Amino acid sequence: MSASELVFKSASELATLIRDKQVSSAEVTRAHLDRMAEVEGAIHAFLHVNEGAVDAAKAVDAKIASGEKISELAGVPVAIKDILCTVDMPSTAASRILEGWIPPYDATVVARSREAGLVPLGKTNLDEFAMGSSTEFSAYGPSRNPWDTDRIPGGSGGGSAAAVAAFEAPIAFGSDTGGSIRQPAAVTGSVGFKPTYGGASRFGAIALASSLDQVGPVSRNVLDAALFHDVFTGYDAKDSTSLNYNWPSMAEAARLGAKEGSLKGLRIGVVKELNGEGFQPGVKALFNELVELATAAGAEIVEVSAPHFDYATAAYYLILPAEASSNLAKYDAVRFGLRVAPNEAATIEEVMSATREAGFGPEVKRRIILGTYALSAGYYDAYYGSAQQVRTLIQRDFENAFAKADVLISPAAPTTAFKIGERVNDPMAMYLNDITTIPANMAGIPAGSIPMGLADEDGLPVGVQIMAGIKKDDLMYKVAATLEALLAEKHGGSVLDKAPRSYALKGGAK
Amino acid sequence: MKDKLMDFDKALELFEPVIGLEVHVELNTKTKMFSAAPNIFGAEPNTAISEVCIGLPGSLPVVNGKAVEYSISLGLALGCKIAEHSSFARKNYFYPDLGKNYQISQYDEPIAYDGEVEVELADGEIWNIPIERAHMEEDAGKLTHVGGATGRIQGAEYSLVDYNRAGVPLVEIVTRPIFGTEGKAGEVASAYVQTIRDMVLALGISDARMERGNLRCDANVSLRPRGSEKLGTRTETKNVNSFRSIERAVRYEIQRQAAILASGGNIIQETRHWHEDTSTTSAGRPKSDAEDYRYFPEPDLLPIQPSAELVEKLRAELPEAPAKHRRRLKESWGFTDLEFRDVVNAGVIPQIEATVALGTSPAQARKWWTSEILRLANERGVEAEELVTPAQVTDLDAQVASGAITDKIARTVLVKMIDSGKSAAEIIESEGLAVVSDDSALEAAIDQALAENPDVLEKLREGKLQAAGAIIGSVMKAMAGKADAAKVRELLMAKVSE
Repeated sequence: MSASELVFKSASELATLIRDKQVSSAEVTRAHLDRMAEVEGAIHAFLHVNEGAVDAAKAVDAKIASGEKISELAGVPVAIKDILCTVDMPSTAASRILEGWIPPYDATVVARSREAGLVPLGKTNLDEFAMGSSTEFSAYGPSRNPWDTDRIPGGSGGGSAAAVAAFEAPIAFGSDTGGSIRQPAAVTGSVGFKPTYGGASRFGAIALASSLDQVGPVSRNVLDAALFHDVFTGYDAKDSTSLNYNWPSMAEAARLGAKEGSLKGLRIGVVKELNGEGFQPGVKALFNELVELATAAGAEIVEVSAPHFDYATAAYYLILPAEASSNLAKYDAVRFGLRVAPNEAATIEEVMSATREAGFGPEVKRRIILGTYALSAGYYDAYYGSAQQVRTLIQRDFENAFAKADVLISPAAPTTAFKIGERVNDPMAMYLNDITTIPANMAGIPAGSIPMGLADEDGLPVGVQIMAGIKKDDLMYKVAATLEALLAEKHGGSVLDKAPRSYALKGGAK
Repeated sequence: MKDKLMDFDKALELFEPVIGLEVHVELNTKTKMFSAAPNIFGAEPNTAISEVCIGLPGSLPVVNGKAVEYSISLGLALGCKIAEHSSFARKNYFYPDLGKNYQISQYDEPIAYDGEVEVELADGEIWNIPIERAHMEEDAGKLTHVGGATGRIQGAEYSLVDYNRAGVPLVEIVTRPIFGTEGKAGEVASAYVQTIRDMVLALGISDARMERGNLRCDANVSLRPRGSEKLGTRTETKNVNSFRSIERAVRYEIQRQAAILASGGNIIQETRHWHEDTSTTSAGRPKSDAEDYRYFPEPDLLPIQPSAELVEKLRAELPEAPAKHRRRLKESWGFTDLEFRDVVNAGVIPQIEATVALGTSPAQARKWWTSEILRLANERGVEAEELVTPAQVTDLDAQVASGAITDKIARTVLVKMIDSGKSAAEIIESEGLAVVSDDSALEAAIDQALAENPDVLEKLREGKLQAAGAIIGSVMKAMAGKADAAKVRELLMAKVSE
């Protein structure tokens, strides 16, 4: 097998090859670094390449050679969203204010992946502090969609999704506050899951909105995501909101789902409010086909209504900015990060102000202002207070829905990838891209996206979202794996099989 | 600018003072409120910190369970109800003493609320102070402003930040408005804070050293014209870090506000800084009600929901209430009102208690702690408890009781014990300070003195006993103070009757 073929293999295939000593982790890692060197000019998925990657791979190879059993993914390279802290690489959240900052600790999820023998390839691009749906708000330039490099790869985790879809990494870390794993997965034809809130530790994940943020896996198939999920999730004493729960193996659930190939006895809820106006015809058509496919596979389809989802986006854009305005207060030039002094005799307030003016981009400033306003005396009840009430109502909607259905499905995003520059000056249009994904974060439930085909009108990938009840992550993976198998059978392969593998270099990628 | 003050009695004639007190207690847990960084005093700046204390990106707070238990115990001692469900909130404001630019505190759901504390004044009068709430929060870092004239951030050339104190667990105890204190407003305020100190010491949850900021008091004072129902505008005096200052700061604010109000002026709602050196207050930042901390529930932490079992266990372990404890001590020690008042004012009840527990008589323990030790402490500008331990006092007093040294020599030994840390016996031995009990040496000295004062023997025989003084003094001088005066008198009188 030639080295260049390795990058098209899945994580589980690579792990098996490495375990069987058909190939070394160092070779696999080099193949991916070579692929990055080849395509980064067009894709720009990475903000930083790990210079120690090959050495880390060799260390894993040595352990494997000595017979040490590390993990099912030992030796597999991984891309890390640059919102996660890494001791050996800058951790910037794609912001100028953290340019070059190297934390003194790894995020717990990163530390666990290293212990499992995963090899970090580098840090992937995102919208600044994960605020956005396109990576256009990255301070270091947008990433590009491998299906069409004039288009966005989604956001905020567009870098991780693009890296996976462009075969630069078999798996990647994402983080999802309102859809930042699922929407990029949907528009790049990749797979991404957001665990139950509290499933993965947030320690070392640079906070956007603490009550919504959750780290999750990005991959090219469900099994890889599940294997990766098993590696880094689970209770962490350093995060008080992480759940101390005996989680079942997601990989086992995924394998079971793929093997069964049937949905008999499963009640699948179709959320009325997530399949109507504003959805692209090709997205709706593919979703209806999927419902038919599920019915044919024995699922009982029930229509469920979640009336308060109509308010979810509005409430989300109060809660998120409120928490973000406080979480981002620490970027003040006093202890770390960028420092801008307007003049020699500047006061502390002037330095803080000038630093934040220069260090934050337009979307971050917009949300800090919005959040500060929403928390202000006299406005708190009307904005933050009522948004929290909406959140409770959304949770009830889900409870009612899960009384009627085992899992819920919807399109993962209302449209396919839009063009770079199309919505960057229209925040509302950008925000509405997340209407399908936001409710899951508001309720803390697990949700993921898998590709379900290419839209007729533009030939771009479309994702289906699968949502399950709190702590039912295993059911989500199982159903996702079954649907993936049914779709592959129907289409004679996966969506990513049809993805382009070389890209035209477009101007302004970097 | 010097404030105009109204005579205190005159002020009280025209206005009724209303006070309210906020006391911050630093808990002495091993680690900080929300991180595993050590909770220690006096370390090199920025060495007792973690990523949480300085708010590094990605860091998360984790609640110190011991601090929660301490807070519950304190709440119970304050007679408060303990909330079955309490939560943390973020208090947002930009200031470099907070690494995150917000303080994790409690807002609408404090751990303890609705209590009452019995406070006894030095004259025995009892006051029941109503407690509104006690809540948990984290302390801020310490700023040192360099280069300015005032030592404040305004006008400073630069400022240094030490985050060692950032994140130290605090409980803030807030009283309801206290009415009817009249001329005793300052005394009540001071006695209340002393009671809180005794309480946290008895609970063992704080070192309660005011000079180190373990215990900090903000005194709110407002005046209202006699007969008025409406509360006046209040000021909040900060930086009062001794019991005596609390009393004086309250009196000062009453006099200052009265002068302003009587001349038709208005009180500005503001914080005021107490200046120990001049015994005055000066204006700090204005504290309008418009100040907006944008409180919201802390999303990084779960609510605190202590089990009923835990609360009852802690309740069962509570020590005796300070006022009750004091009454019991006064009775068992047999002190007069005046003697006990001295003890209270000196703030050495715990020291006397410990000294008595080690075997010293209450009278001797009182004598040491309220006179010589207190004098030395004042002289050196430290607290009595920092100077010497109850064990050292007991050691020293035992030497006096056995007759090994005189009272006067004992004072010299005390200073040497403090400075060298050696035991009383070691010092007496090495410095040769033991009482001379050799009769022949004393007799030789007496003979020498009599020879120099030939008329004394005659006078004594005539019954003029005061004449003995000159001889005893002369002998003591010759023996460098190491003689027992009673013994000298005895030997001298024996010679008279020879």
